[in-house]
Amino acid sequence: MKANKNYEKTTAFKFFRWMKGTKDPYVGEVEMKPQPHHEVPEETIQERMKEKSELLDAVYDVKTNKKVKAFTRIYRTIAIIFCLILTASLVAVVSFLPKTGDPTTPANSSEVAERYNSSALEETGAVNTVTGMILTYRAFDTFGETNVLFIATICVMISLMLEEKVAEREEERRLARHPEHKDPILQLAAKFLVPIIVVFGIYIILNGQNSPGGGFSGGAILGAGLILYANAFGIKDTGRFFNEKVYAVCKVTALCMYGLIGLYYYTCGANGINNHIPFGIPGAILSGGIILPIDICVGIEVACTMYAFYALFKRGSL
Amino acid sequence: MGASIIRNFPSWSIMLCLFSGIVSSVLKKRGARLVNTILLLSVSVMSGALLIFTWNSGVAYTYQMGNFPAPWGNELRFTCLEAAIALFFCIIMFLSLFGGNEHLNAEVEGRKHNLYYVLTDLLLASLLALLYTNDMFTAYVFVEINTIAACGLIMVRQVGRTIEAAVRYMIMSLLGSGLLLMGICMLYDMTGQLLMTQMHDSVVQIMATGDYHVPMTVAVCIITVGLAIKSALFPFHAWLPDAYGYSTVGSSAMLSSLVSKGYIFLLIKIIYRVIGFEAYHDTKIIHVLFIFGLCGMIFGSVSAIKENDIRRMIAFSSVAQIGYIYMGFGLGTFAGMSASIFHIFSHAASKSLLFIAAIGLTDVSGGSRKFSDLTGAGYRHKIAGVAFTVGSLSMVGIPLFPGFISKILFAQASIQNHGKMLPALIVLAISTILNAIYFLKTVIRLYTPVENSEYTVARAKEHKGYTLALILFIIINLAIGTCSEYLVNVINGGLLNEIAEGGKSLLNLLQTTLPA
Repeated sequence: MKANKNYEKTTAFKFFRWMKGTKDPYVGEVEMKPQPHHEVPEETIQERMKEKSELLDAVYDVKTNKKVKAFTRIYRTIAIIFCLILTASLVAVVSFLPKTGDPTTPANSSEVAERYNSSALEETGAVNTVTGMILTYRAFDTFGETNVLFIATICVMISLMLEEKVAEREEERRLARHPEHKDPILQLAAKFLVPIIVVFGIYIILNGQNSPGGGFSGGAILGAGLILYANAFGIKDTGRFFNEKVYAVCKVTALCMYGLIGLYYYTCGANGINNHIPFGIPGAILSGGIILPIDICVGIEVACTMYAFYALFKRGSL
Repeated sequence: MGASIIRNFPSWSIMLCLFSGIVSSVLKKRGARLVNTILLLSVSVMSGALLIFTWNSGVAYTYQMGNFPAPWGNELRFTCLEAAIALFFCIIMFLSLFGGNEHLNAEVEGRKHNLYYVLTDLLLASLLALLYTNDMFTAYVFVEINTIAACGLIMVRQVGRTIEAAVRYMIMSLLGSGLLLMGICMLYDMTGQLLMTQMHDSVVQIMATGDYHVPMTVAVCIITVGLAIKSALFPFHAWLPDAYGYSTVGSSAMLSSLVSKGYIFLLIKIIYRVIGFEAYHDTKIIHVLFIFGLCGMIFGSVSAIKENDIRRMIAFSSVAQIGYIYMGFGLGTFAGMSASIFHIFSHAASKSLLFIAAIGLTDVSGGSRKFSDLTGAGYRHKIAGVAFTVGSLSMVGIPLFPGFISKILFAQASIQNHGKMLPALIVLAISTILNAIYFLKTVIRLYTPVENSEYTVARAKEHKGYTLALILFIIINLAIGTCSEYLVNVINGGLLNEIAEGGKSLLNLLQTTLPA
């Protein structure tokens, strides 16, 4: 134990004193002069403020300020010329590229394209080569692409989603101003069309491996059906079967399922473990191995995204 | 057995990030934060294990994503360099979130907190995918995710200036993405391949026969320009100061230290794995990068000197630092590239530290970012003052700090290139002086005593998380500054792997540039 006086000489004491800020290190050690306080007269402040506002007025006075006008004009002209030159040069470059549709071009005749064309059916079980390609050969890309949609909804939510109470208040205000006018023609048409659209969407999703279509296009059709329904009967009525909770459950389940299938597929493939999902008979609905479940997940995610965009832009909440 | 499990780690860590993002979207704020913390820690552990594994073996690994091998399916490829960057990114992201947490609570609406963590999870996923992927199109998909996540991170604080900044960022960034996509399409049209390694073989053939000379040059140029726009190289930096200066502080730290670096690393991969270093050197675009890099080093610093807002000043300093990195590319030597990658590390560590420290200083100055209010802030918030000083010294290039090592490496690299030695060294010197002018000016102001200050003094006990984050940041900076040798070895090891597989022709170049 050091006596208090001795302790005060140690570095530790000085450090902790500095941390606590009980003593200013400069006071008594360094001769210092505070910056001279100089008073600005009220008139000068007023004058400066006036000058500032006048300056801003002059700068933003687009109608009469000739310099601003000239600058805008020159800027726009240069921008247009630059864009034209860029476009022209890019078009010129395209003319040097291989001809589109020529079977001998590298893109059409490389080993990759050949393998996709010749053995996609036996390797992926999908009659539709495109679906087989994006969901098995390049499964990782497509999972990324689905996540692009997911994060796009998140960003729209950040910028447009209102607190629940605010959204309701806004809705009431809007209704007070423009009373909701339910269009009988639209409702009747929607009654007929929505079931057909939904069935068509489901058909396209389920037949992704057999015919043109798949999760992305089928999901877009499903989403369009939902939007038509919401337009005809109002978002509140749609909320009876498709509200925020249903949306969250659908979206998270679909994406997690997709992720799990993807994880299983990548890990098995990379480590040489056999893939146990059967291909089925080509052409049947239950065929294509992992393609069908992934298509369903993608379809749900795309439909949710489409509807969420619509509802967020229209009302600020789901 | 252990080794074969470790090889799965890159794929698993990307998938884990995506899963966490998806699950966080339905969680409450606390849950989302917990998931994010667990995610960052587990990805750090996985990357650390991967780093040890790849460092010991010293070779590059490819990992087949799915049932189909390379030219047909997706593929990941990693060496010790990728693992080291992944580990470093996780740590920086963790500390940035930790240090920016107090402000996040104040600046983001209650219901949107979990969405912030969704964005960070997906940002990490895209950064990891950009690091590990060996496929041009996968890279593009994750560039998209990266762009949208960055936009969200900027505008999550909903005030006018951040929204304007986010729109600007989006427009510029989409222009960059568009150019990148066009470049990839052109390369695909000429080669018929999407995987980097296979594309490289075709590119070598095309270069040898002399076909498609024009489109090849244009493709290389627009890919470079696209990624340069996205990483804010000098003439394309107009979006940067607002985006970094007004977003919530954790976002600023992450954007400046991670997002732009992901794109730069992608460009490095394209240079080495797809085009080939020598062929890239022959396209002359390298001289353009060199000149713009030099301009950025000067003009970024000049803008920073003119700035009267501390956070915008730090943001402008990023323009200068990105200029350093592209100047290293422009030198066109192995050593230049290695110095650039080292600067990615040192800039990320120092810049995120500066952003986090600056917010503590503005908090004890009544929330004002003006220098006149910041006078004496170093006494009012001790640890933030010290941290800011450390960051500034590193940026200026004082020994013991990472900035010094990167400047030394740049100077050494420039000596090996006879044509560019003089301009590089002169601009390096001028830029150092300019850095010193604005950073040391700020430090002196922070430690100028004021009498009767009306602002409160911050106590470390009230900001435990923040203080801890700053201390860890300082430790990381000192570690990179003092133990730089290991990091340089890791970088050179990773780059050598690229060269040995990316074209034997480079070995000659290597022998002339590396001391025996």
